[in-house]
Amino acid sequence: MSEFLQQLLNGLSLGAIYALIALGYTMVYGVLRFINFAHSDVFMVGAIIGYYTGHHLPPGTVGSGLVVLAAAMAGCALLGIVIERFAYRPLRNAPTLNVLITAIGVSLLLEYTFQNQHVFGAAPQLFPPVFPVKNFQLGGLSISSNQLIVIGVAALLMVALEFIVHRTKIGTAMRAVSLNPKAAQLVGVNIDVVISFTFGLGSALAGAGGILYALNYPSVEPLMGVVPGLKAFIAAILGGIGNIPGAALGGLILGTVETFVSGSQWSTYKDAIAFAILIVILLFRPAGILGKFTVEKV
Amino acid sequence: MLAVTDLHVSYGAIAALSGISFQVEQGSIVTLIGGNGAGKTTTLRTVSGLLRPKSGAISFLGEDITTLPAHQIVARGLCHVPEGRMIFSNLTVDENLAMGAYLQHDPVRIAANRDYVFSIFPRLRERLKQTAGTLSGGEQQMLAIGRALMGNPKFLMLDEPSLGIAPRLISTIFEKIVEINRVHGITILLVEQNANLALEISRHAYCLETGRIAMEGESKKLRHDPQLKATYLGG
Ligand SMILES: Nc1ncnc2c1ncn2[C@@H]1O[C@H](COP(=O)(O)OP(=O)(O)O)[C@@H](O)[C@H]1O
Ligand SMILES: [Mg+2]
Repeated sequence: MSEFLQQLLNGLSLGAIYALIALGYTMVYGVLRFINFAHSDVFMVGAIIGYYTGHHLPPGTVGSGLVVLAAAMAGCALLGIVIERFAYRPLRNAPTLNVLITAIGVSLLLEYTFQNQHVFGAAPQLFPPVFPVKNFQLGGLSISSNQLIVIGVAALLMVALEFIVHRTKIGTAMRAVSLNPKAAQLVGVNIDVVISFTFGLGSALAGAGGILYALNYPSVEPLMGVVPGLKAFIAAILGGIGNIPGAALGGLILGTVETFVSGSQWSTYKDAIAFAILIVILLFRPAGILGKFTVEKV
Repeated sequence: MLAVTDLHVSYGAIAALSGISFQVEQGSIVTLIGGNGAGKTTTLRTVSGLLRPKSGAISFLGEDITTLPAHQIVARGLCHVPEGRMIFSNLTVDENLAMGAYLQHDPVRIAANRDYVFSIFPRLRERLKQTAGTLSGGEQQMLAIGRALMGNPKFLMLDEPSLGIAPRLISTIFEKIVEINRVHGITILLVEQNANLALEISRHAYCLETGRIAMEGESKKLRHDPQLKATYLGG
């Protein structure tokens, strides 16, 4: 039993990170109907911002941790907005394929830039322990403070996101644009502002994800976003692409399943399981768990 | 109030409007009639900023709005009820109306506009919490007009409000259109395929044919025009 709870806890803390990244994929899909393949690299940039800021702060304090988190979120929000403004906006009326190829280009640009010796370098670097580290024993459970931080911060951010999307004007505008961009414009929504905001918001969550990931897997390098990014993308599809609660749910499910698989006799399949889930969902429920299959109107 | 001059619009290489000009006077109902594919929807979309013209000019209340983005055109009081209604089908009636007031900041004014919409379409009040996509065609049209009225329009453009609506409701909606114009002083540009009805309630009419104005004049006169009768009024 405690073995099960332990794995569940580990799974949820991994899943919370997938969820944070998945939210960015799904929100951008919601307003622009395309997959931002550079999103996983924004996550990486978040971790790298944390790496640099962390080295200038006293280690092991809550204050340092929060500053690092805020810096990564702000830096990534800005990066996301810049990427949209200069790479995607000029292609607003171009075929989706052109935008997808551009997104892959932006992704490669970020990866190669950071691999450059004068920027960050290709070698993995140790992420500084910015937050205090403690281990608690509770019954048979071993809980690390990092796990609590991951789950706590992720939960807080998702509540904040829920508030923004449903209780603020810009959030309402986001939903309107995702339902019908033309109608949104006709009631006075400035689509450019909404799209910038969506990129900023999604990228900030990815930045937070980058820090939380690096706390638990403290090795930072320019390709670190690839695998978690891919899994978060699968999580977004699992939950129903374009569906915000779906992305959160998909992330939690994927993280939990992956953790249970890696703790079992099939542990070598821990990375394959995500793809197995992807294939099953595409075959049997392509709209995802919470998604509704809507025929796209022209 | 609205003046469109020599407007050319194309979709890629295909020309949809080849130089149309028309005016709408303040306080009037003007109609733009024409068959399927004549370019009526394209005209409205270009005026409201959803499409960019290749050339030509659009001026509203003396100001050139040709290159303004759609949201700034709405802000000037020119609201467009689009073809196919385009309500936010996953949102409730209430939320749709709130979206219509997106640019309004004065809560007193918003509340007054809501009451005004309910006075015109009492049925919307009964359906407030219902998801908009589950309304009947006629109710969706009422919601689309109501949503536009929430934006405090001085000028309302309606694209085929009779399309896909039970015949019984069509006359109700046309009565309401007249009421919005007469009682509330909102200028209206009405696009219709149903030429009979449109000519009945409008003062002036323009007849569009494959991207050009083929005929124009007082609606009263056009109703008896033999050529127009043959083409649009079923003889
Ligand atoms: N999105 C579009 N892409 C390409 N051609 C279009 C598009 N919308 C309309 N058209 C063409 O432009 C012409 C005018 O269409 P439209 O303005 O919708 O006419 P109406 O509203 O009078 O029926 C038609 O020939 C139509 O086929
Ligand atoms: Mg039309």
